[in-house]
Formats: sequence, structure tokens, C-alpha cells
Amino acid sequence: MASFKPTKIQVYPKLGEKVTQDTLYWKNYKAPLHIKEFGAITNIDFSPVAPHNFAVTAFTRIHIYGPFSQEPVKSFTRFKDTAYCGRFRSDGQLLVAGCEDSVVRLFDVSGKVALRMFKGHTKAVHVTDFISDRYQILTGSDDYTCRLWDLPNATELNTYQEHTDYIRCGVASKINRDLFITGSYDHTLKLFDARVDKSVMTMDHGQPVESLLLYPSEGLLVSAGGRYVKVWDLLKGGQPLVSLKNHHKTVTSLCLSSSGQRLLSASLDRHVKVYNTTNYKVVHNFDYAASILSLALAPDDESIVVGMTNSILSIKHRKSLEDSKEISGHQRRRPSYRVFVKGKNPVPKRDDYLVSKPVKQHLAKYDKQLQKFNVTKALDTALETWTRHRKPEITVAVMKELDRRGTLKNALAGRDEQALARLLNFLIGNVVDPRFAPVLVTAAEMILDIYRSVIGQSPVVDRQLLRLQELLEKEIDYQQDLLEVMGMLDTMFASSFPRMEVPCPGISRANGLAGGDGITSRPQIQAT
Amino acid sequence: MVGHGDIRVVHRGGSKINSRQSVITQDSRFLLCASGECVKVFSTSTEECVHDLRGHTDAVTGVLLKPSNHLQVYSCSADGTVRLWDFTEGIHIKTYVIGYPVYSIYASAHHEGVIFVVTPMLNDKRSEVFQLVAVHLPQSGDQLVEALELSAVLSDVSSNPAAIGFGKGGEFIASAKGLHLEVFFFKKQKSYRFSLKEDNRKGGKNTFMCVACHQKEDCIATGHEDGKIRLWRNFNHKKEYTYSTLHWHHSAVSSLCFTPEGTNLLSGGLESVLVQWRYNQESQRDFLPRLGSAITHIAVSPDGALFCTSHSDNKITIIQSSVKVSAVIQGLVKGESVRTDLMVDPRSKSLVLNGKPGQLQFYSLQRDKLLYNLDIVQQEYIHESGLEQFEVVKAAFDASGSWMATVEERNQKAAELELNLKLWAFDEQTQSFVLNTNISAPHEARITDMCFCQAADSQTTMLVSTSKDGHFKAWQLSAAAHTEDEGPSWSCDFVGAYHGLVPERCCFSADGSLLAVSFQEVVTVWSPASWELLTTLSQPPQAIRDLCFGRLSCSKYLLGTTASKLLCCWNLLTCSLEWSTTMDVSLLLADPLTENMAAFCFQAGGTDLFVFKPSEPRPLFSHKAVCSGKVTRAIFSPREEMLESCEESSQWLNRSQLHFLTQYMDLMTFTTKAEEDRLLASSRQLVVDDSVAMTPFYLLLGKHRQQETEDAVSSSLSSDTVPQSSAAIKQLLQTPAHVMPSTSYLCSMFVQSLLISVTDSREENKHAEEKMDSEREEEDSEEEMEPSNPRPQQASEGGPEAPALTKAQLRELRRVRKQDHSWSAGFL
Repeated sequence: MASFKPTKIQVYPKLGEKVTQDTLYWKNYKAPLHIKEFGAITNIDFSPVAPHNFAVTAFTRIHIYGPFSQEPVKSFTRFKDTAYCGRFRSDGQLLVAGCEDSVVRLFDVSGKVALRMFKGHTKAVHVTDFISDRYQILTGSDDYTCRLWDLPNATELNTYQEHTDYIRCGVASKINRDLFITGSYDHTLKLFDARVDKSVMTMDHGQPVESLLLYPSEGLLVSAGGRYVKVWDLLKGGQPLVSLKNHHKTVTSLCLSSSGQRLLSASLDRHVKVYNTTNYKVVHNFDYAASILSLALAPDDESIVVGMTNSILSIKHRKSLEDSKEISGHQRRRPSYRVFVKGKNPVPKRDDYLVSKPVKQHLAKYDKQLQKFNVTKALDTALETWTRHRKPEITVAVMKELDRRGTLKNALAGRDEQALARLLNFLIGNVVDPRFAPVLVTAAEMILDIYRSVIGQSPVVDRQLLRLQELLEKEIDYQQDLLEVMGMLDTMFASSFPRMEVPCPGISRANGLAGGDGITSRPQIQAT
Repeated sequence: MVGHGDIRVVHRGGSKINSRQSVITQDSRFLLCASGECVKVFSTSTEECVHDLRGHTDAVTGVLLKPSNHLQVYSCSADGTVRLWDFTEGIHIKTYVIGYPVYSIYASAHHEGVIFVVTPMLNDKRSEVFQLVAVHLPQSGDQLVEALELSAVLSDVSSNPAAIGFGKGGEFIASAKGLHLEVFFFKKQKSYRFSLKEDNRKGGKNTFMCVACHQKEDCIATGHEDGKIRLWRNFNHKKEYTYSTLHWHHSAVSSLCFTPEGTNLLSGGLESVLVQWRYNQESQRDFLPRLGSAITHIAVSPDGALFCTSHSDNKITIIQSSVKVSAVIQGLVKGESVRTDLMVDPRSKSLVLNGKPGQLQFYSLQRDKLLYNLDIVQQEYIHESGLEQFEVVKAAFDASGSWMATVEERNQKAAELELNLKLWAFDEQTQSFVLNTNISAPHEARITDMCFCQAADSQTTMLVSTSKDGHFKAWQLSAAAHTEDEGPSWSCDFVGAYHGLVPERCCFSADGSLLAVSFQEVVTVWSPASWELLTTLSQPPQAIRDLCFGRLSCSKYLLGTTASKLLCCWNLLTCSLEWSTTMDVSLLLADPLTENMAAFCFQAGGTDLFVFKPSEPRPLFSHKAVCSGKVTRAIFSPREEMLESCEESSQWLNRSQLHFLTQYMDLMTFTTKAEEDRLLASSRQLVVDDSVAMTPFYLLLGKHRQQETEDAVSSSLSSDTVPQSSAAIKQLLQTPAHVMPSTSYLCSMFVQSLLISVTDSREENKHAEEKMDSEREEEDSEEEMEPSNPRPQQASEGGPEAPALTKAQLRELRRVRKQDHSWSAGFL
């Protein structure tokens, strides 16, 4: 004697995001911490040394935050105008920043007043960086020039005037003390060698370049400008490797994960995308509230810091292992020790007769009703608000089961205004869903058959019937359009793949061969 | 034509066990049921078949315990005889020849020496009118007795055995037919007739279905077509009878039964729910739902401890009176048709076909036993007539038996066809198939054919399904795409079509390198590795009906049959037609173990079988008129051990057996003479001296009679001597080793004792001396034996299972032992 077999709920393939290792990794961050700054945050830079403080450049200030602080541990406020590009030196002791007033300032991280002021640019300086020998800095300005400065005596070493538009990004090599790269609004990237007076390599990005990033190996260069992110192979003379177009607004910032396996790009379209650096496919996506201007990852991906145009700094810290465990522990409420241990201790003695307890089959509410052949009640339980909204597949499965039993009509009939309205509501929500349509269309037909006589008695039901009608008309139009598109596509495919038919002549030749043989063999058969 | 001298078509297993009510014995240890031409004795605890009571020459129509001896059973058959059996040992005791086909049998403890049988009206055998006849069984020692004293009791009764029942104390017998209930009182020799109107006001049908009588009170329960049960009382008055109505069943009540004490009434019907009503408290009911399929008969054991229900799916369920199922005896389930092909499970070598609705049955051909049912649809089955249910329509196994594919479909009237393709993986741990992938709507229209790639060494298995929607699809096992999923699952690998034609058949070559798909009259040959169309073969004007690749040395041939009665053989190396012949082949199949192919040809209302090799022009074997009607399902099943037949015409049966289903759903097979001889030889031991039950008492006295008659058959002799020597063996084992003669001396005697001895004068003399003693001991030993009697004894196993020693025998042995080692001469 078999037990009751519960209604089978069809499992539909999940739409939307697939769960991969990447999504698991990048979702493992806590809720973001929001800090209001004084203006749009243009640059974020992590200190390379241990506490990994980060400098946030926003409006006329540069704030330095500790890894877990919500208040700045330090702030530099001696700017006359908007500050740009506050960057740490590789030992984390010095910080350089450009400014709208064309003066480049060098700070001691522990001090307050600028140690050095580099004057020479004629327009706002948006790019500053330390050269890897730690005693020179690189600056790029809106006066189309980029310059090298000597730190100890604050003198200008060299000026490069090759760009023809604002220089808005630049990066110095961390390995070679002579190389640095700048990107400009004239769509070009230029690689300069400090030993010669001019650029040694020029690459055309095609859009105003907003951000540059060098791989740790410094063989590959990533540039962002316009909606594109492009990867260049420096070792092959600046050959473009890939061009990525995954944002729909200008990409403003680039960043590499600590392992170098993932590339992150932030854009004005409020998204941060994570790419796999082996195949350059987007593996994850973060959404933010406003357009993003700057993005930085802490070493070991401990936190993601994003600066936005609405002057909000968003910091997400990675969940530690204990955190995640703690949370899951909180979710599951364990019974008390006494309850937990109950019935576990007694050990059956040798002469004891063990009475096995029958395993009780757990059935869902609607199954319990179906088991008793209470069809109306079964449908009612399946139409409960939570099920109806969250798990429409359960409602549909119960309807299908009722239909299979030939009792769907009985279950649908005899409902009052409220119940009927609920049913119609569900139909309106789901009847055009291709997964549910086959079942719901029969149900809808039955409802119309049953309740034809009461149309016009209830304004609520009438309104819903009209809505259903509209919905169906719209759906029919939609399907017609789709069919037209299919037809067009078919003709296009047919015309674009004429070669697909090529095997056919071959086949027909073989066919002819077989046919010929067939003809020759047929008389033989007749002879036999 | 090749002669088919010694090859015969025989029935092979799978007979019905649910045709008649089964009987539970007094001690509730055995269940007897009519099964085809024999009565089967099952053990109620182990569900195993203990004996077959064979002897009837036509279908057995009833089984009944002898009221005066609970160790004997009557069986009646349509061959016009009633036979009496001892079921504990499986011995035939007597045959009563009635002379008319018997349809059911009744007896009551209060009518000694009389049985009541239902036969056709004596005057014309053809008619559908039956009568109840009382048969006075003559007291005669002969084995074959002609029962001449027949007297009609009731005329115009139903042939349904459930429609007649004995009342309290055998005082009356009640019979229902149509809308009438007739009660015959034996004392008054008078019958009363009660009639019901055809329909009641609510449109229910009042036709009687079954009758049951209370054994302690005057009450008759009748079941009706509209699901009502009526309890009739006070029916010994023509006018003042009363009845009360019970109603739970929604369709006809097919069986009713009172428990022996009369406290409960059991009823069952199409709903497959056993309902237990409390007598006199009818509002209290117990239910045992979901018994699997419609209940056809209900029986209660004489002590009321067990119920047994027969079901329409050839099943008997044994239920404890606490309404708990304790055992299920399942026969081969036969529907009206087999939608799936017959298949052989490569692992268990069992026959697979669809049985219960929505299930596949695995039936062991060797043991004639249903191994298990696999639920394919996994949905609650609603027992209601006129409902469209999911049906398993196709199934296929891969070469190793580790994958099974099934297709189920449900065809609603208005709505679309619902199709599911399911792939099942064999689970080593549970030793059964586990659902791996469920593909809903794999095709847009009905699936016409499905096959697995049969190559044994390929790493990946491939499944090809063809459908009426004009496509064939190849399915392949692929690893999980995401981290979430556990194991690999099946997905579509390729969709093929050919000029919008409808594919009908598909077939993989033996090595899996070629796939042939027939599109109406065109056969397309594809390479499954690259999905390239290699060639097309065609033999117009008619569509291909069957397609089959040759095996082993004939693997270069592709055979096809067309609707225009043509059998074609293409050579795939030359892509040309090798030969063709005109015959209306209804089924073509290849033996997986040899090159042989079998073709069933439908000709003039009968079916002929041809077995041939594609490379040879002459058939190996042919058999005209295998059966009437078309054969559409057949299968080659591998033999457990190879036969060694050197005769040319039967060599094709050496490695595998050919089973087929006839139009009437009988499972038939071909046997060779050698095989039959072997079967006979093994069953001959079963034939014991039929006249007297083989009790220990008989073993002592039986030999005297034997001496007198001198007509001892070798078989009976062996059954006599072996127990005798077994006593000696026991003695041998009980004797201390130091007083024994040497082993070498005993050994030869021991071996000789196992041989059949011709005469044993010495032993007989001994018995003669002791005759008086043993007769004196008779009463004591009878009493002693009584408890040990019902013990099941395997007569077939001969010596070692010999009955317990009687006192007389023990005494004899003791006496014999005194005379030194002369007892060991008993071996000789």
C-alpha cells in the first residue's frame, strides 16, 4: 500500500543571476557604510603600508580614513580650491595632491602643512603620482603638459608637451623608475621615458581617457574612457588586446583585485563591474545609488571603497569567517540542551523489544486537502496570499493537479465575489507567463464558462474581467509582433547562410548514387 | 521451408491470480488461489509460492476448503471436474467428474458430502444461463470418481462466484442476479425472491453485484452497482422483509465479505479502498486506502486474523485484521495493450513492460515472478473511470543497464498533449533506478521512437528520440553548468530534421558509429560523432515501418520493413540494396547476442515467424501459424546458461530465448525438445503416489499394500525407500563413532542407499513381523503426528526432508540396533 504521493511542483530554471564562485565571493561583503563628504569624491587611494589607511579626495579636502574608522583620522584642508588626486608614496609617509589652483602640494602624512609646493603648471592639476624611485613626482595638468619634479629641492625636472588636450589620468611604473603613462582627453595614451624627452609609445583609445591602470607585471595596461575599457599589451608595442563595452555611461575608474584575477571598473551609470582577466567576461556587478567617480579596493579585497558624485563615500567591508558563522547561528534557533538530549540517552537493553515509530509523512496544506478530495479547499489553500505572490508555481501546480483529476471546474465554481476577485487577480498576474499559460488558459476558460451568468453583478469582478481582456488583447498583439520578427529573422538567416545547404548537393549525389545502385539491384531481386 | 520439428510454442508464466477469490487456510499460513490451469499455494508470510497444484486441463474457476477437513481443498475447473487436493504437500487426492463446465463451487459444513456448483443449464451448454447444482459426492476409494447424483437447486443464477453465498448454519443459500435476490431455504425446500426497481429516484443503478451472508445472524449483505450496500433482514417472509442501506462507495461494490464472527463487514470496489463496517454500528468505518488498484475479491481467513483482497492488476494483498498490509503477492500485470515495447533489463535480465498505470514492471522470466514495479509518473493515481491519466508509452535501456529513459504522455481531449521524458540512473546502493533528469515537453508532438546508443565501450551514452513534430533529438549527459547542481544531467545535443518529413524509427548500429533514422520512405544515416548526414537510402513507395541494424558479422547490413509488405536489406558499405523480399512483416527484431534476426509476418489471420541471418538467403528457422492475430511485441532475452543443441533449426535458441505477446496479451515463448525434457525430468520427482497423502503412518503401512499390488512405479518406490534410509542415516549420526564400522565400509552402502533399490525383501519381512505392533501403536502415533502434520513438506526434496519418526519406527530402530550393525543393511 503506497502512501499518498504529493503534488509535483514543477521546478523552473531560475531566471536572472546564476550563482557562481564569483558571485559568492563578491557578495560576501557587509552592508555598506556611508560617509558624507563635502563634495564629489574624485579620488581614493590606499596606503601601501600596514594599517592601509586611505586618502579620499573630495572638494577642497583630503581625508585619511583608517581601515575601520568612520571618522577621518587625518584631514588636509589647506587647499585654496578643489583638490585632486591625493596619492600615497610607496612607503606611506608622503602624500601628493594636485589642485584647481595649479599648485601641487606634498604633505607629510603625520603633518598638517604642505612640505613642498610645486608651482609651474598654468592650469588645474588633475594627475599626481610618485615615481618609483620615491624622490620624483609626476603631474599632469589641464595646460596639456605633464611634468616631472624633484622632491628634495622642489624643482621641475622635465616638461612633456605632447598631449593636445587636458591630461586627466596618469600612472607611474612601479618597477621602472623612468617610465610613466598618461592619458588625455585627446583620446591618446602616451608612454614616456624620463631618459628621453619625448613619448616612446602612443596608443589611441578612441575616447577621452578617464582612467589608467597598470597590471602588477606591467605588461598590460588598462585604459578607461567613454563607455569603453580597453586592454593594451605594452610588450607588443601597445597592441590593443580587448575592448570591453559593458557600461552605458563613461567609465571613470579602474581597479584590480588583490589576486590580479579580477578587474573592476566603475562608471557614471552607477555600476561597478567585475571582469575575469583571463576571458574578460563580466562575472559580477555592483549597483550604487549615484554615479561613481572613484573606486578602490583594499589590499586582500578587505573592503571596497567607492566615491560618488553625490559626495557619499561608500565603504563595504568583507565579512569575516566568524561573522558569517555568527549570522547563521543566529538564524537557526537551537532547542535547549535538555530538549536536545531527550530520548537520546537510553540504550536498548538486550531483551527490549524495539517498537519502531511509523515515519509520519509531512504533507503540504494543499496536499492534505487533495488527499481528502476537498478540491475547493485545496485550491483555496494554494491561493493564499503568500503562495500566490511568492510561489505562483505552487498555485499553478495545484490547478494542474485538479485539472488532471477532472475536478478543476468543481474547485473553481461556487465562489463569492471576494474569492473570485482573488482568483482573477492571480490570472491577470500570471496568465501571460509562458510557463503557466497552458494551465491557466484552461482555468480562465472554465471561470468564464462558470461565471458567465453573474457578469454585471459586481463592479469589482467586472473591472477585473475587463483588465483580463485588455491583457489578453495586448498579449495577442505582442505575440503577433514576435511572429513577424521571427519571420524576418528566418529570412535573414536563410539569406546569410547560403552555405548551409552545401551538404545537400553532396547528399543528393550520394542519393543519386544509392538510387542508381538501387535501380541496378532491383532487376536482380526480380530475377531472384 | 525449414522444418521446425521439435520447437514448440508454449505459454510462459504470468497467468492471472486474481480471477477468483483466493482462500486462506485454517491456520492462516497458506493462501490458495486459482492461477490459469493450476492452483497456487502461497505462503502468507513470505509471499513465496510453495506448490503448484497441477492437474486441471482448463482454467481453474474456484478454490474451496473442504468443510470437513481443513487440510484438503476442492478446486473446480471449466474442464468439468472437481478435484480434491492436500495442499500442505501438494498432492492430488481425488477427481470428481461432473461432466459440465463448472464456474464456481460452494460448500457448507452443514451439508456433508454435498458440494454446490454453478454449471450452465444442463440442456444447452452454449447458453448464458446458469444454474446452481448440488452434487452428492460418492464415497469411493477410487481416485477418479464420476459424480452422478446431481440435483438442481436454483436455476437462473449468475456465473459470478461472488453472487452466491451460504447463510447462517447452511440453512439457506442466497443468490443475486440482475435485480433479483433469491433465497433458498433447505429445510423448507422453498425459495423467496426479492426484486428491486431498476433505478431509484436519484438515478442510481440497483443491479446486484455481490452477496455475502452473516454467519451468526440472519442477515444478507448485497452490493449494488451504484455503490450502495443493502443489509437484508427478516427475509424468511415474502412480504415483511426489511433492508437498510449503507453508502460510501462511489462506484459498484465488487466484493463483500463478513468476518467469521460477524462483527465486521468488508467491502471493496473500483476505488481500491477496503472499507470495514462495524456490524450494527454502520456509521463507524475503517478505511484502508490506496491499495493500488480496483478490488475484485475479498476473502477472510477462517480465524478472522487475515483478510486478502484480489486486485484488478493481478495482485493479492494480505491484510492483517488491524487493517495493515502484511504481504503483497504480485503477478504479471497485463493491461489491454503494452504501450512500451517488451524490453530486457541488462542488469537483472528481467522482462520490462508497463504494468500498473504509470509504472514499469520488472518481471523475472526465469523465476516467473514479478521483481518490482518502478513508479515512473510519480503522481497520485485517481481511481475513477473516464479520467485521462499519464501513461508510460516508451522506455529504453542503455547497453549496460545503468541508464533508463522513459516517456510518459497524457492526452487530454481539448488541451495539448503533455509529454515528459525522464532519464533514470541506476543506483548501486538501492539497486533500483533513480530519477536523474525530467524533461517536460521534449518534443511538440508524440514521440514515435527512442533508442540508446548500444555501444558498450563508449564513454558517453546518447539517447535519440524521434517525434511526429518532424524532428529527432539527440540527448546527452552533460556535467552540471553551475556550482549549485549536484550531478550531471541530460540535455539536448542535436536536433535533426530531413525535408520536413516525419521521423518514425531510429536505430543505432551495434558499435554506435551510425544512426539510422527513417523519415517516411527515406532512411537517413547519420554519424553521431559529427552529426553529419552520411547517406540516404530509400525504397519507395511506402513508409518504413521497422528499422534494424545487423549485429556482429552482419553489422554492415541495415534491415527495414515497409508498409508495402517489403523486407529490405541494405548494404552500408556499398550503400545499395542487397536483397529484398515481399512479406508483411509486423515486427522485426535483432538478437543482441547473435547475428540472427526474427521477423513476425502477418498472413491470413495468423502470424508466421522467420529467423534468418541478413547475410544468408535462406531462413534458419520458420514456424507457420505461431498464433492467431498480429504479433507486435516480442523480445530476445538472454539465457542464463547456454543450451547446447546441435540441431540446425534450433541453434538460434541456444543463446537467447524469443518471447512474444499475442493479441490477447498471452506471453509465449519457443522451447526446444531438449529443454522440455529437462523440465520434465526435474518435475517428475514431484509426482508422488497420488491416492493417499504421504504421512508417516502411510510410510509404514503403505509398503504392505505396495507389496500386494506389485505395481510400484519407480518414483513411488524412491519416495518410499528414501525416508526409510533416512531413519538409518539418523541412526548413523546418533551412534558413537567408536562403535561404528569403518567409514569405507559405510560409504559404499551410503551411496547405494541413495540409488533406487529394486526390491527389498528383508525389509518387507521385518515389517511383516512387526505388523501387529505397528497397528497397535496406530492410535498413539496418530495423535502424536497431528501437530507436525501441517508442516510444509517438500516432497520434491526427497530424503533429507523425511517426516518425523513415529514411535513405531523408533522402536523398530531400537530393536534393529540391538542386532549389532545389521541396521546398516537397511541401506542396501
